[in-house]
Amino acid sequence: MQLEAKDVGFRYGDGPWLFQRVNVMLEPGEIVGITGPSGRGKTTFCRILAGFESPVEGTVHVNGAPLPKSGYHPVQMVLQHPEKATNPRWKMHKVLNEGYQPDKELLDLLGIEQEWLTRWPHELSGGELQRFCVARALGPNTRFLIADEMTTMLDANTQAQIWHAIMSIAKQREMGILVVTHESKLMQRLCHRVIDFNEFD
Amino acid sequence: MIPSLKININKFPLNRKQRTLFNIIISIIFLVTVILGGILLDEERIVTNLSERNSAPSLEHLFGTDWLGRDMFARTVMGLALSIGVGLIGAIGSALIALLLGIAAATMGKMADRIISWIIDLFLSVPHLVTLVLIAFTLGGGFKGIVIGLTLTHWPSLARVIRAEVMQIRSAEFVQVSQKMGKSQWWIAVHHILPHIVPQLLIGFMLLFPHVILHEAAVTFLGLGLSPHEPAIGIILSESMRYLSSGMWWLAFFPGLCLLIVVRMFDQIGENLRVLMDPTRSHD
Repeated sequence: MQLEAKDVGFRYGDGPWLFQRVNVMLEPGEIVGITGPSGRGKTTFCRILAGFESPVEGTVHVNGAPLPKSGYHPVQMVLQHPEKATNPRWKMHKVLNEGYQPDKELLDLLGIEQEWLTRWPHELSGGELQRFCVARALGPNTRFLIADEMTTMLDANTQAQIWHAIMSIAKQREMGILVVTHESKLMQRLCHRVIDFNEFD
Repeated sequence: MIPSLKININKFPLNRKQRTLFNIIISIIFLVTVILGGILLDEERIVTNLSERNSAPSLEHLFGTDWLGRDMFARTVMGLALSIGVGLIGAIGSALIALLLGIAAATMGKMADRIISWIIDLFLSVPHLVTLVLIAFTLGGGFKGIVIGLTLTHWPSLARVIRAEVMQIRSAEFVQVSQKMGKSQWWIAVHHILPHIVPQLLIGFMLLFPHVILHEAAVTFLGLGLSPHEPAIGIILSESMRYLSSGMWWLAFFPGLCLLIVVRMFDQIGENLRVLMDPTRSHD
């Protein structure tokens, strides 16, 4: 099972190419970082991998087959803004259990407290919300995780806790992770190799 | 503590949410009373009684009597009930059209959106009353004409709100995430989109109500709505115009005031519902 992006290119309408000929291969259990200046299409590339967007040219394959159009997507993405990724009219337990029922162990690992489950999203802080989004994305059928500036807006302690949890789960399940971040220190600590998005203009 | 902040403490033992609920309940009780009164009062109360013509408000006739000796209180209550009934049908019809067209515009592609938006703009560019008079007149007036007219004229602003709401939620990130968790379109419509629309629809419906009632009264006042035999508020007001100059102020004052109160009550319910249903204000 591997995630492969082959000659992927994207542009909005007839605009200039955001990127072209992007080739990325992600093996199970591998942690790959993506760096690059703002506005180069890192997020768009992540959205393509997660199936939110389809590439204008090139293909994305999981395990040799194209990305599934329906059903549980094997590539899950954790977005940058948790407050936009949770329905403001749902209580947190519903948000958490949308895809599957996370077990107690996972919740403890991510530091999600029981009393948060009965609250509304606007009653939690960004860091607390992001833990829910991470837990939600780590379903049993998730093979690859895309972390698009997932912890950028969190303090160092929370960052460390969330990444620690994800790393242990990734190891346990042989899950591939694609990390987008501007922090080179974090990148060095986490990633096996780093792709520079500057190359794909 | 700043002394000026202490003024309101303990004056109302209820918190804001409870007070809002209280307001809603009071309004509903008032409206139900009016409707029940309109149904239960029999026609005998408004038969002509020429021995008691033109009497000023008294304990026996709370709102006085008119030039035919009919009890104005009974007429007013019946008129209000009729107005509320007409308003109810008109508002339900309008809200349904708004819901259907709003959702269709947001989900059925660019062409449908363009056509429906154009129709909305068309209806909004002409004052309600003009279209309403036109439709009611074309259909020959009466109960049917006015109800169809009201239904066909009051939906555009609500349809626009619903269209915008559906579009916004459809492209929201939590909906995209939900799709990638394998949820079907139908599941998303029911669990994600509907909970956002229902409050909007309900509030829109409640705020449509006073509009519809006022317009019904206005058209009837102009003589293009309900027939003169019915005890409608618009009829009462337009008839009383002739007698105002002879000092019979109660003929127009009480029915007009009651209409205003009823409209205000519906407005209150709508506004209070809006406050109650907003989760970010649930703890005020």
